[in-house]
Amino acid sequence: MSDPQNPVHLAPLHVAVALDGAGWHPAAWREPEARPTEFFDARYWTDLVREAERGLLDLVTIEDSFGLQSSNPGRPDDRTDQVRGRLDAVLVAARVAPLTEHVGIVPTAVVTHTEPFHASKAVATLDWVSTGRAGVRVRVSSRPDEAALFGRRTVEPFEPGSADDRPIVDLFDEAADYVEVVRRLWDSWEDDAEIRDAATGRFVDREKLHYIDFEGRHFSVRGPSITPRPPQGQPIVAALAHRTVAYRLVGRSADLGFVTPRDAADARAILAEVRAEQTAAGRADETVHVLGDVVVFLDDDAAAAADRKARLDALLGRELISDARIFVGTPAELADLVLEWREAGLGGVRLRPGGLPHDLEQITRGLVPELQRRGAFRTAYEADTLRGLLGLARPANRYAAV
Amino acid sequence: MAKKQIHLAAHFPGVNNTTVWSDPAAGSHIDFRSFVHFAQTAERAKFDFLFLAEGLRLREQNGQIYDLDVVGRPDTMTVLAALAAVTERLGLAGTINSTFNEPYEIARQFASLDHLSAGRAAWNVVTSWDEFTGENFRRGGFLPQEKRYLRAKEFLAATWALFDSWRGDEIVADKESGVFLADPDAGRFDVSSDQFDIRGRFSVPRSPQTRPVILQAGDSEEGREFAASSADAIFTRHGTLDAGREFYADVKGRLAKYGRSPDDLKILPAATFVLGDSDAEAQEKADVIRHQQVSGQTAIKFLEQLWNRDLSDHDPDGPLPEVDPLVGENTVARGRASVRMYRDPIATARQWRELAEAKHLSTRELIIEVTGRQSFVGTPEKVADALDEFVQADASDGFVLVPHLTPGGLDEFADTVVPLLQERGSFRTEYEGTTLRDHLGLGDARPPADAIPGVRS
Repeated sequence: MSDPQNPVHLAPLHVAVALDGAGWHPAAWREPEARPTEFFDARYWTDLVREAERGLLDLVTIEDSFGLQSSNPGRPDDRTDQVRGRLDAVLVAARVAPLTEHVGIVPTAVVTHTEPFHASKAVATLDWVSTGRAGVRVRVSSRPDEAALFGRRTVEPFEPGSADDRPIVDLFDEAADYVEVVRRLWDSWEDDAEIRDAATGRFVDREKLHYIDFEGRHFSVRGPSITPRPPQGQPIVAALAHRTVAYRLVGRSADLGFVTPRDAADARAILAEVRAEQTAAGRADETVHVLGDVVVFLDDDAAAAADRKARLDALLGRELISDARIFVGTPAELADLVLEWREAGLGGVRLRPGGLPHDLEQITRGLVPELQRRGAFRTAYEADTLRGLLGLARPANRYAAV
Repeated sequence: MAKKQIHLAAHFPGVNNTTVWSDPAAGSHIDFRSFVHFAQTAERAKFDFLFLAEGLRLREQNGQIYDLDVVGRPDTMTVLAALAAVTERLGLAGTINSTFNEPYEIARQFASLDHLSAGRAAWNVVTSWDEFTGENFRRGGFLPQEKRYLRAKEFLAATWALFDSWRGDEIVADKESGVFLADPDAGRFDVSSDQFDIRGRFSVPRSPQTRPVILQAGDSEEGREFAASSADAIFTRHGTLDAGREFYADVKGRLAKYGRSPDDLKILPAATFVLGDSDAEAQEKADVIRHQQVSGQTAIKFLEQLWNRDLSDHDPDGPLPEVDPLVGENTVARGRASVRMYRDPIATARQWRELAEAKHLSTRELIIEVTGRQSFVGTPEKVADALDEFVQADASDGFVLVPHLTPGGLDEFADTVVPLLQERGSFRTEYEGTTLRDHLGLGDARPPADAIPGVRS
């Protein structure tokens, strides 16, 4: 057992922040520091991502969904007292990318109603405009009301706790196919396909452009991409996972999984499942980072954090419920939890600020210096790409002749 | 009387056969720095907007990926959103296909881009139907050709219903009272038409322009009507003053029946330009550029598109082939201008032969002649005069300039021609407004298209 007080021998710790509206507490928009009229303004997002970059964080994720936000996970509501409305996450990411230099930018893409060809070139382009800092978090949509926004198909509503997993397994299988198509398209241009050979008059070497010829149950895609292979070769693919079917997607398809352990023991159990799926998918020797999600309410004084959380709960009319663990306390106490989870085998954490910008600043100006003091977090960016920050090599192209 | 103002846009030289990639000054067409340079030059010159084309399948000819011209491009919406970060006023126009996309997703992207650029988004609505492109999409190639305009019209109507589903005053975000939304129905829409059956609540609140500026490219009867009824600007290819005036009068004359005034639709032909210190020098440069754009191999590939058969053994420096074009369904070129664009290939070939004979042109020279569209060649003064004359004579409202170099192809024009147009009082010296609608003098977005049956918002 290693000594949690002396964690320097461990692999580098990864810290991500999940950005969404005014933060993850539904009443957070009413906080004095909240900027609830600015969610549709580029400056708001630029300020947040730059703050994450000042804190040397590995990456930010940007939430998205097609349907309007709802207090009910399975269907829309008609509430008027919470944040409603949201911009396309990939475009927010692209808008912020040229104004930052180091932090990874990982927007959410819904894979259930969209085209993998479009998603592949969009994320590749995010990688081009960020010079190698792009990722994508893939998300399935099982809500019938979201299917109605597209009108092309129906989805069977999934009831959490239901014994019948079939509808959701089907959606995740489709998501795995989707990621496979996206990845093949990223490789469909070899890195040196553009030759500009004046002697032969050829701009590209067509031998280095590849049809992907994907045939699946839900779609087939011929390829090649129209966008040349992006700077990272393969941008980072991430997924949030709460249960076996989603752990399978992480194991099969992702570079990065976000999971929601209750505690260190739970983290170990989840990690074992993810690794087993990874092995079953024949990827045992690939690095798949697994980060634990935590909703955080932070203040220099633990009582102040608790008061703030209580004030928000009172505005909400009930105690906050989340799929992820909720942490209320000081940045130093959060550092203890982060290191405990790393001891349990997680690659780090994805922190969901309860309120923005307050809890993000507590992370970048409180948690990060604390982790640095303990020798557990970088003191400067050590790489220019997201793959580099995550310690992942630039992958070889699957189509390139060896 | 104040002179009629010229509108200028610039086409980033993407995938095409006109970008001279072999020039030592040619840079990357995919590196974001190229886009930044190009966009910032256009903005420095006070252009209305930058324009990106789209392609969804790599072109093929004779069953092989076409390798002679510039190929490969970034995703349109993503690169426009990134350009919004490095420009402040320049309009950002993207071509998006209405065939291989869905209205909810596209409306969401354009409304997002309009928010993220503070009102500078424009959408060039195009259609496609071919199975070749469809092989990259879930939809596949099932859409029959005759349905493509129907789908485009209904697609646009559906996105309008989404754009109009927020009035713009719903978000109050009153921290004291706890009211975020003033209206529990904000964003509600219900569209039922031949191609679409969609309903729910749109998740992007009303954007600065309400709707993006709508652009339309095309010269067909259907395209002209579509533009007259629905577009804010139309791209054309009329290079001569007479053809331009005829088109201008025709299209402007169609607006009244849709309750619109002639100023509601801007007519913007694509224009290339070559500048020189003297007219002779510019003409010489133009000839060199044409020969760079149409190599012997390129000429053969062009020829194959009309002849619709393998002509790889044909000598580009010799006369046109003696055989006639093959007329039929299967075309050697796919995903690009192909034999489809020639309504009568045999007659076209006959015209080409007559032209080549009359002017003593080799195959390559003939192709240079018939594919040429170098509209404005000369000194900056001469080009400025010609552009101004074109607009003042109501042959257009301005131009979409298509430079032949990436990314510096606009620099010289910005530095020399633009100041001359400004001196003439035909072009702005500063942006007067902040949105693209302001630049184009369009006023607010048109009222909701409530006349379209089945569409409610």
